[in-house]
This record gives sequence, structure tokens and C-alpha cells, in this order.
Amino acid sequence: MRELSAQQITAVVSRLCVEANCHLPQDMKERIRESLDRETWPAAREILERITENYEIADTENLPICQDTGMACVFLKIGQDVHITGDLARAVDEGVRRGYRDGYLRKSVVRDPLDRVNTGDNTPAILYCEIVPGDRVEITVAPKGFGSENMSAIKMLRPSDGLQGVKDFVVRTVKDAGPNPCPPVVVGVGIGGTFDKAAYLAKKALLRPVDVPNGSPFYARLERELLDEINALGIGPQGLGGRTTALAVNIEQYPTHIAGLPVAVNINCHVTRHKTEVI
Amino acid sequence: MAIAICAPLTRETARTLRAGDSCLISGTIYTARDAAHKRLCELVERGEALPFDIRSSVIYFVGPTPEKPGQVIGSAGPTTSYRMDAYSPALIALGQTGMIGKGKRGPEVIEAMKAHGAVYFGAIGGCGALLGKCIKKRELVAYEDLGAEAICRLEVEDFPAVVIIDSLGSNLYETGPAAYLEKEK
Repeated sequence: MRELSAQQITAVVSRLCVEANCHLPQDMKERIRESLDRETWPAAREILERITENYEIADTENLPICQDTGMACVFLKIGQDVHITGDLARAVDEGVRRGYRDGYLRKSVVRDPLDRVNTGDNTPAILYCEIVPGDRVEITVAPKGFGSENMSAIKMLRPSDGLQGVKDFVVRTVKDAGPNPCPPVVVGVGIGGTFDKAAYLAKKALLRPVDVPNGSPFYARLERELLDEINALGIGPQGLGGRTTALAVNIEQYPTHIAGLPVAVNINCHVTRHKTEVI
Repeated sequence: MAIAICAPLTRETARTLRAGDSCLISGTIYTARDAAHKRLCELVERGEALPFDIRSSVIYFVGPTPEKPGQVIGSAGPTTSYRMDAYSPALIALGQTGMIGKGKRGPEVIEAMKAHGAVYFGAIGGCGALLGKCIKKRELVAYEDLGAEAICRLEVEDFPAVVIIDSLGSNLYETGPAAYLEKEK
């Protein structure tokens, strides 16, 4: 049994909060460049150029790419042969607290959804833990902005709605969102499981690099078809028209009940940020 | 070519702008998001004075990141505007002439813009590091307790924004994608 202290988790979470917020992942940068190469609409091209300039400034000067530095979504894959000493959830929140303070990140969390008093330190995190084989801990921090989070949707389809029902719901969700979630977007889709599992899968889909398709050929094809349909809507970067409405569609699927077909769509903006470290 | 705009923005100038115009805004603007708008409208309802001159004002819907030592402001891009729809009409009626944000606006806001002569600008969402560079000075005006949501007076230089909805109600979120799709036919 390998021992890890909660303080080690704190240090990593703190560092990842800052790095994720200031440095866009390479796969996103490449996908934005490819989209610019294919884009023909002048207003759309100009916006994609500004978006590129923005993440380059953020990279060079260690500045947050976006002022909405998000709610800190933290995903832990904990090896079953690791023993963590100390309070794990508190260690994660302490990491968020330090990262958002020392990294000059915005504190965007309120303590109660109705009384709306800011906690002042961006805690608590949204924490997901998965138990996996091995003696390592994989830590991913994915700061999630709410311009795009607010445009997300879930629907319990009927099994008879089938593939077409799923496609219609995903495309309609992106269409209804229009300019609000800062397109070009990345679309995370969760299909199957239960009500909550589908939403979790949609969020998890956003962690997969945009150049890595779903492992199943069927779902990989569905990802491509949905991306083409979304990019035929004409919404374009920032909703001003153009081909580049979405940069990617990532799907995660899971077995479900004989009576159900849950579909969740979690929209992310062009600042789809996440950073992972294994200890 | 971008149009140079001075803020505060007179009603006369606001009325000359058209959806699709690229602008570079210079001068004095104010920051406010949901929580600050709510407080401003509570003051209006009680008939009390607002913490800044609302007449001819341009309000930027933004909650910046904290400034690092030596910085005027951190990253400062626009937030989604529809959350201010409940409050904007009352402020436009009092003389506000400009809003900078991103995303759709409701019919009640567009009607107020048409009635009083106001304009809605869009700045690029998710470009906070770049847009922060156009902000040369920042001064707290009110509601320090709101943190990133406090009202600040900003001096901006050549802040890039596009007219999304003009004072006639023309809407670039409708005409832009439609023009693109027409060309693609």
C-alpha cells in the first residue's frame, strides 16, 4: 500500500488550477488553427485570429485566457493501492483556494444558490472520484465557465426516439444557444446511464482531447456527423456567421435501462481548459 | 474600417451606429454585472441617486480577474448579457446609451433601445487577456463588497467592439448568420 499525504494533493491541485486557466491545451490550439484555415467568412476569420492572439498573450504573460476562470471541476482517479492520509476533499478545496489566490484568478463561487454570497476563495470545488487499479493518483482540473454551462441541457428521450432523436436534441441545443456560449464551442455529449450519469458523461467528454475520437467506430462516426450538422447551422464564431460554430463534438456513452434514453449536452466555449498530472 | 467612438456616448451618436459596424471605443465606461445591476435598479425604484452619471453612459458587462502587481486590471472580457435583460430597460430609460457584452438580448431591451436611442455592442467572449490590454485605468465606484462584480470606472483606448443591435432594432445575430448561409447556397 502506497502512502500519499493530502498535502501532496493540495500542491498539485493548486498548480493545475493556475496552469489550466492560463494555457490552452495544444489540441485546442491546433483545432482553432485548422478551423481558421477552412473558414471563408471574413468576420469569422477575424474573430478566430483574435482568439489566437488572446491565448498567445495568455501563454506568454501567464494571464487567465478568460476572466471567467470558472468553477474548479476536479477529477481524481485514485489507485486502489494508494492510502491517502488526511482529509482528501478538504485537501482539494485547499488546492483550489491557493491556486485561485496565488494565480490571481477570479473567485466566482457563491455559498448558496439563492442567497448568493461569494465564498471569496472559489471553493468548494466540484469533485469527482473514481477508483481504478494501481497505486497512482491522476488529478485533472477543468475550470468550467458558466456562459457555456448555462446553455447546457439534458433530456430523457424515449427509446423509440432513437439515433435521430439524439441528433436532433444535440443540434437543437447548440442552435438555441446561438451566440451565448462564446462559439466556437466544444460539445460534450453523454448518452445513456441515468439522469445524473448522462450529465456526468457529458462533462467527462469535455476532458477528452478534441483530436481523439470516441473509441467505438459507431460513436466516432456520430461525433463527425454531429459536428458537420452543427457547422452547417451558420452561427459561426461569436454568433456573427460562419462555418466554425463548433470545434469538436465528444461523446461518452454508457449502458442504460430498457425504458430510457437519457441525453445530456454540456457546452464548453473555445476556452476548453483542463490539465492533468499523475502522482 | 473601424469607427472611432468616444464614451460617454451621446444619444445622437448612438443613433448613427448600425448593426455590423466595427468600432474602437475610447473614453470612460463603467463595469457592472448581475449583482450590481440589481442594486442599481433598487436605487431607481426607491428614487435614489445612482453612484455614477447614467446619462450617456456605456456599461461593460464584465467581472475581471484580479490585477497582478503592476497591472491595471486582469483579464476582462464580456459576460453573457441576457442576465442583465431584467435591469437594462430601466437604465436605458434614464439615459444609458451603450452596453458592451456578448450574446442575445430580450425584446424588452430592444424596445427600450429603440424608444430611447441606445446601442448594444458585442466584444469577443473568451478574449479577456487581449481585451484587458485596452483598459488603461480603473477606479472603484461602488459596491466593493461584490468583489469582481463591483462597479468600476474604466478608461479604455481603442476597445474593439461590434454593433450587434442598433437603435432601430437591427440585429447582427440574425443578419450575420443569414448572410453567411445565403453566400454558401
